[in-house]
Amino acid sequence: MKTRSFESVHAGDALPELTIPITVTLVVGGAIASRDFTPVHHDKAAAQAQGMSDVFMNILTTNGLVGRYVTDWAGPDVRVRNVGIKLGAPNLPGDTMKMQGSVKSTDAATGEVTVEVVGKNGWGNHVTGTVRVVLPRAPR
Amino acid sequence: MMDKAELEARLSAYVGTTTGPPVAAPDAVNEAMIRHWCEALGDRLPVYTDADTARQSVHGGIVAPPTMLQAWILRGFSMASPSDEDKDAQVEVGRLLAAAGYPSVVATNCEQEYLRYLRPGDRIFAETVFEAISGQKATALGTGYFIDTRTTFRDERGESVGWMTFRILRFKPNQVPQAASPAPSTSQKPRRLRPPLGHDNRWWWEGIEAGEIRIQRCKRCATLRHPPRPMCGTCQSIEWDWIVSQGAGSVYSHVVMHHPPVPGYDLPLCVALIELDEGTRLVANVIGCPPSQVRIGMRVQARIEPADDELRLPFFYPAAT
Repeated sequence: MKTRSFESVHAGDALPELTIPITVTLVVGGAIASRDFTPVHHDKAAAQAQGMSDVFMNILTTNGLVGRYVTDWAGPDVRVRNVGIKLGAPNLPGDTMKMQGSVKSTDAATGEVTVEVVGKNGWGNHVTGTVRVVLPRAPR
Repeated sequence: MMDKAELEARLSAYVGTTTGPPVAAPDAVNEAMIRHWCEALGDRLPVYTDADTARQSVHGGIVAPPTMLQAWILRGFSMASPSDEDKDAQVEVGRLLAAAGYPSVVATNCEQEYLRYLRPGDRIFAETVFEAISGQKATALGTGYFIDTRTTFRDERGESVGWMTFRILRFKPNQVPQAASPAPSTSQKPRRLRPPLGHDNRWWWEGIEAGEIRIQRCKRCATLRHPPRPMCGTCQSIEWDWIVSQGAGSVYSHVVMHHPPVPGYDLPLCVALIELDEGTRLVANVIGCPPSQVRIGMRVQARIEPADDELRLPFFYPAAT
């Protein structure tokens, strides 16, 4: 597994698309792995009492998936500095989230690369976000 | 139930205060929890779980996925049943809003900055401050309040390892979003967003209930104004009454909304700014012809009709020629 070098990345580069099927197992598994036992993320009746049709993905799982999407692309020697996300349409079981991203900017002074990410489901944008990472310099 | 002013005063008292003493992570950063996270999220980056690869990486050993930051300090199982003994002011605010009729909660925004990667053995402490609490907002999920917090994460030496800003919405649900499956819903038709009613505009909506489109009029200079507000923009008088519009007007401007779908609204939908013949303008839907046929300047006539089983609105139809 190779890490992209800072020099190999340019503003406008598109990340490969990633499709994530939203299942009850992913919603519940993500919530519990993130220690988030808020009932709406594992108890359908609790989610319905809140006006949702089913359990829905918690923000920590979304945040983790956004981070994973960028580090999958960048490789193991990437260092993530910042992840900022905004949630829209909930991720509900039976739906699919399609993640897309592109390099917004690069900073030669710091080696930082800023990537914009969007995760769309059948309703619209589940998440829009920005991930700032540091990539290693290419060996001279 | 307490009124809105009292609720908002009690909420605003929290802004700028901490949610409680620093919270110690229940567990040190550890490989088991890291692995459970990576399994659930399908994260196969080897620096999180493969000791050999991790040793040769920039990290020199296993690290936790940075996005796990908040997971280390969540309380886990007990979050499902907050107890009265809970000293966390975030629980207090939740209880306050639930008692005031806003029982539901969703997280809407999160930003995390990672100052260093966490390693197995790190013990994390977090301190959270209420940064802001909004006024009452109408959202697609329901009416409620946005609560912004900022959390600082430190290690056992007191060094900052990262921070997080987090926004949640505590709300009164107003409809049931359906899963994206194509099966049509058998439940009742979702309702439109409710207009927020207050001292300054309730009389206008009472007019709609009475079958009238009212237009506010300054008692001193007779200038008409809409939407309703307390003071005349021309002479600054706060004395006013109203006239009743004939409902005839023309399309001043319009858009056609195609996306995103919002429960209670049938798309495509023409949202227009109508200039009434009396001179004021109001936002309303033009129906009775395909949205693509709506034109600027087109003559329209209002009818007050049900938008759903509860709410009546003025809708504008192409005027008979």
